[in-house]
Amino acid sequence: MTERRYAEAAFDDVMSTVEFRVGSRPHITVDTDVCRSCTTKACVHACPANLFVPTDEGGILFNYEQCFECGTCYQVCAAEGAITWTYPDGGHGVVFRRG
Amino acid sequence: MTHAGPGSQSTVVDEVDAATRSFDVVVVGAGPAGSAAALEVARAGCSVALVERGPFPGSKNVYGGVVYGRVLDELVPNWWEQMPVQRWVTRRATMVMTPTQALTLDFRSADWGRPPYNGATAHRADLDSWLAELAVAEGAVLVPSTVVTGLLRDHSGTVVGVRTDRPDGYLTAGVVIACDGVNSFLAKEAGMHRAEEHLTLGVKQTLKLSREAIEERFGVSGTDGVDFEILGCTRGIPGGGFLYTNLDSVSIGVVLGLDGLSKAGIRPEELIADLKRHPAIAPLVRDGVEIEYSAHLIPEGGYRSMPELAGDGILVAGDAAAMCLAAGIWLEGVNFALGAGMYAGRAAAGAVRAGDTSRRGLAGYRAMLEKSFVLADHRRLRDIPGLVLSERVQHRYPGLVCDLVQGLFQVDNPRPKPGLGTLLRSSAKANGVRLRQLARDAWTGMRGLR
Repeated sequence: MTERRYAEAAFDDVMSTVEFRVGSRPHITVDTDVCRSCTTKACVHACPANLFVPTDEGGILFNYEQCFECGTCYQVCAAEGAITWTYPDGGHGVVFRRG
Repeated sequence: MTHAGPGSQSTVVDEVDAATRSFDVVVVGAGPAGSAAALEVARAGCSVALVERGPFPGSKNVYGGVVYGRVLDELVPNWWEQMPVQRWVTRRATMVMTPTQALTLDFRSADWGRPPYNGATAHRADLDSWLAELAVAEGAVLVPSTVVTGLLRDHSGTVVGVRTDRPDGYLTAGVVIACDGVNSFLAKEAGMHRAEEHLTLGVKQTLKLSREAIEERFGVSGTDGVDFEILGCTRGIPGGGFLYTNLDSVSIGVVLGLDGLSKAGIRPEELIADLKRHPAIAPLVRDGVEIEYSAHLIPEGGYRSMPELAGDGILVAGDAAAMCLAAGIWLEGVNFALGAGMYAGRAAAGAVRAGDTSRRGLAGYRAMLEKSFVLADHRRLRDIPGLVLSERVQHRYPGLVCDLVQGLFQVDNPRPKPGLGTLLRSSAKANGVRLRQLARDAWTGMRGLR
């Protein structure tokens, strides 16, 4: 029981506590061709929502739907132009209740 | 159609005169800076729009511990009777830790639990919505669910309004006050931003706990609350941790320098998990069920990373102007945003009335900031953020301090007690610190806090 108590909830479960009003426009896009030549791939570790997934081919798979809109990814992206970053359209995206 | 982002561009429009413009002032972002600005503009009798990209104020905002409301004395009499507070912070603890040790400086004051109070915990959705309502009650027009996608500028480059993502979404104005947060694409677009940035990423989990459990574990009652600031819990990534109490939940998280985080190859939630497992923290958060996870960037560079604060037709306030104070024992942001927003609103209204919204006409903003805590504190403490985020303070000093105190209190009989000098030398050596370097940092710290 003690172990269960201290167990960390799975990351997907933690993310499921967050409200997202997902817009139809992907507000961030990733040019995976650029990512293939990137050796650091800092986005993979730094994105707090864990949205950047490395693929077997050396690229990046990205889904905008559970994005916190924090800006970390474009700040840490070393590759020129790999990430096209914008805010979601008005009223869409993350909604924090206890931020 | 363009969108708001690092690449946003201004739209050039013909000159706008006072008679035909949409509003005297447009404030971008309904956070504490924006709402305080809109409140003061409206009170001065000018028309003002408060544009917010979220569905309601606070929906995009995150903070990490305490809101110090004293500056609200200037805006709302007896604000503490109305402000949506979770708990009043009567216990403030600073903790230095290693994976197995923790030293805590733990201070309490009953004064902070009664009017006129000091700091409070709050949910930003509640706090920011309340602040925006104050502005609306004075006549500001809140425009939620609307993204400002760029600036409108006349042929001379003067800012004359904003472009939004609404149909026919141009809003013209005498002054634009950019309170658009840490990423501030507007300040960047206006060419006001400095290259030097010390950005950190804050990540936070809110855990449901009963009021009884919070009272027992944290030693508080009623609506009294606790704030812990923690150094040494980030595996050497520059930053720190925090834990604070809400009414029936606690919030725990870490703040991580972006450069260090990028290089470390550690995910942020692993560090929160570390903190929740730490022997000094685990008993406090045990059985807490995650009810929200959030993340936000923080501009921790302070004075040295601030942009220009005024341009032709534009002012910058709050996180957009890097006004978070991250100076070791002081971690403040909302109060600086409120103060800067208030002065920006006053300066903008004054410039509109005087008919001169040029950079010169708006110079009163900087003058008011200089005379107040906003720039006085930031200037005085300008060397502290760099020291706090330095490798030694982050990586070596927590271990040194904990080893020193452990040596002081550990009884190694039959060996006699070691002298303090011996302990200091051995703790420094064990943690890779040169005493000369320690003395130099102590001097920088003393001088910076003087």
